[in-house]
Amino acid sequence: MNMSRIVRSTANILFPFILVFGFYIIVHGHLTPGGGFQGGAVAATGFVLLLVAFSPDIIRDKFSFNSMKYTEALGLLLFIITAFVAIALGTTFFFNWLANGGIIFGESVAFGANPGILNSAGTIPLMNVAVGIEVIGAMGLIIMYMLSGIEGGNKE
Amino acid sequence: MITGWIMENLPALLLAVPMLGAILTPLVGKVSEKGRNAWVLLVSLAALCVAALLTNEVLSSGTVIYTFGAGTPASAIPADSGGLPFRIIFTVDAMSVFMAISASIVGFAVTLFSIAGDSKMSGKDSFYALLLLMQVGILGMVCTGDMFNFFVFLEINSLAGAALVASRVDKGYAVEAGLKYAVLSTLGGLLVLFAVGLFYGQYDALNMAVIADSMQFGVLDKIALVLLLVALAMKSGAVPMHFWTPDAYSMAPSSVTAFLVVASQASLYGVFRVVFTLYNVTLDYATIGWIIIILGVLSMFIGVTMAIPQKDVKRLMAYHAVSQTGYMLLGVGVGLAVLGNAAMMDAFGMTAMEGGLFHIINHAMYKGLLFLTAGAIFYQAGTRNLNKLGGLGHEMKWTMVFFIIGALAIAGIPPFNGFASKLMIYESVFMFSPILSIIAMVVSILTLASFVKVFHSMFMGPKLPEYEGVREVPRYMLAGMGILALLVILFGVFPQQVVDFLITPAATALVDQGSYIAAVLGGGA
Repeated sequence: MNMSRIVRSTANILFPFILVFGFYIIVHGHLTPGGGFQGGAVAATGFVLLLVAFSPDIIRDKFSFNSMKYTEALGLLLFIITAFVAIALGTTFFFNWLANGGIIFGESVAFGANPGILNSAGTIPLMNVAVGIEVIGAMGLIIMYMLSGIEGGNKE
Repeated sequence: MITGWIMENLPALLLAVPMLGAILTPLVGKVSEKGRNAWVLLVSLAALCVAALLTNEVLSSGTVIYTFGAGTPASAIPADSGGLPFRIIFTVDAMSVFMAISASIVGFAVTLFSIAGDSKMSGKDSFYALLLLMQVGILGMVCTGDMFNFFVFLEINSLAGAALVASRVDKGYAVEAGLKYAVLSTLGGLLVLFAVGLFYGQYDALNMAVIADSMQFGVLDKIALVLLLVALAMKSGAVPMHFWTPDAYSMAPSSVTAFLVVASQASLYGVFRVVFTLYNVTLDYATIGWIIIILGVLSMFIGVTMAIPQKDVKRLMAYHAVSQTGYMLLGVGVGLAVLGNAAMMDAFGMTAMEGGLFHIINHAMYKGLLFLTAGAIFYQAGTRNLNKLGGLGHEMKWTMVFFIIGALAIAGIPPFNGFASKLMIYESVFMFSPILSIIAMVVSILTLASFVKVFHSMFMGPKLPEYEGVREVPRYMLAGMGILALLVILFGVFPQQVVDFLITPAATALVDQGSYIAAVLGGGA
């Protein structure tokens, strides 16, 4: 069952901001406190907000179990492929093969204080993004399963 | 070039192969069920091959280290770090490969069994993904050279295990067992984490070699030792922290139970690694040795006496698993108790340790086999209650033969592998303290008595009308049991070769703390 219009409108307005904040924490994982897991958890709370505001039927129409499962698998896959590329390049598993390369996340950081350069740290932000995707999927899946336990919610 | 590449990255591949397999399993499962089964088998076989190659590498050319994220695997200490190995390092010595090969063999047999044995379950995509993840956890625990990393793999192992225990929903009992396992594992994990924190606070290091090198054995180290011993002994199912084993082992699907035995042994490995590599002679080895011996004797005796009255065949086997863990603790405990005394170490200490370690791999084989036969019985008869079973020997001949092999091996009857390791334990422990050896023998006799009862009530007697339709189990299940049965016999017939090839290097590596440290920090640093 839906909550009142005030709650639903607030949830609608807040949802994109929560997602953006989650993505901000994920992408800035190598610069500020936080990272893939924390950001993913923040983004997943957006789904919880929708879940509270709207009736289970509407939620189930919008998000399916399978899409959450694949999101999770995609995140994990991205993570391990990043690690595998490193041994394919002749270094060790998890070697930071993007660092200081100049391309994406590849900028070198000069020694000393700096305001934080987003385009640095090599594979670390990439892995943060992978973990973020994985956590959004996994948390979403858990939330969906909890939803199926709520009154009248039939499984899958 | 590709072979050189594989040889170079063996320790990483040992984890990466099952991990990639686990992640891809749900995606492959979406395409086709048969393809998923083939994929899981392939991954499991590949992991076994990697483990075998790594075993060969370590046993022929000494400890292998692998530095994650470094330019080359061997560069443990970065040039500008001031001599500190701050990266995650895998230190794979003879003891690690010994555990890894045993886990991989059981993992492959279990997967083979599970393809047919668990075919009636739903949600198999996640089941196999978790099974492979548990293998990652076990292999990671036994190979890592980093305390925090050890904790991480312990958690992977525990969480995957807890989910697998609960995977066959049976009126909520399985969920209860899974929850119990999860809560206790998390508690154990917290204790380990606290101990790791104590090390990090004192030595600014997480690497085992560095901690071992600078070990002071002060008050904090003693607290850390107690925390680690309690948590890991609980995870390995030693009395008096064994209470989760009967629930978890009996409610999990049998293929999982056989693998849980190996998961518990990874924690047992943790106990030995902590005591021998982290502390070694700095600790009061006689006292700690006796504590481990007493834990072992208690486990042996209480385990077997609790097993005798059980009516659920898997619960009974679970108590026997507790009892057999006692032998390993006894053997290695005796080795620890005389660690500082070279004469006694030569006379019987090393043999006791070798017996204890040999018992680990033997136990993994025959206990895995027994749990798989129990699974085969459950698959066909639909019950684990010994009072209801009977007369199955008429139709399930192969299962019966495999059960006999496993039962005789666990009771320590020649020519099976249990006899070989138990004889080593009896002889060496007798020289240490005759009474302990006598207790061990009495426990073996009780084990035999218990399994004679089980054998009789499951297989003997006239055909029962309610088991009219019972047939032999599918070929995949027989193959899984067959691999383990073959190894049980081989290890029993050629114990000396196995001991020389695998066990003695493992025991030597465990005792020799100096070479473990030198492998990471460089000679004598």
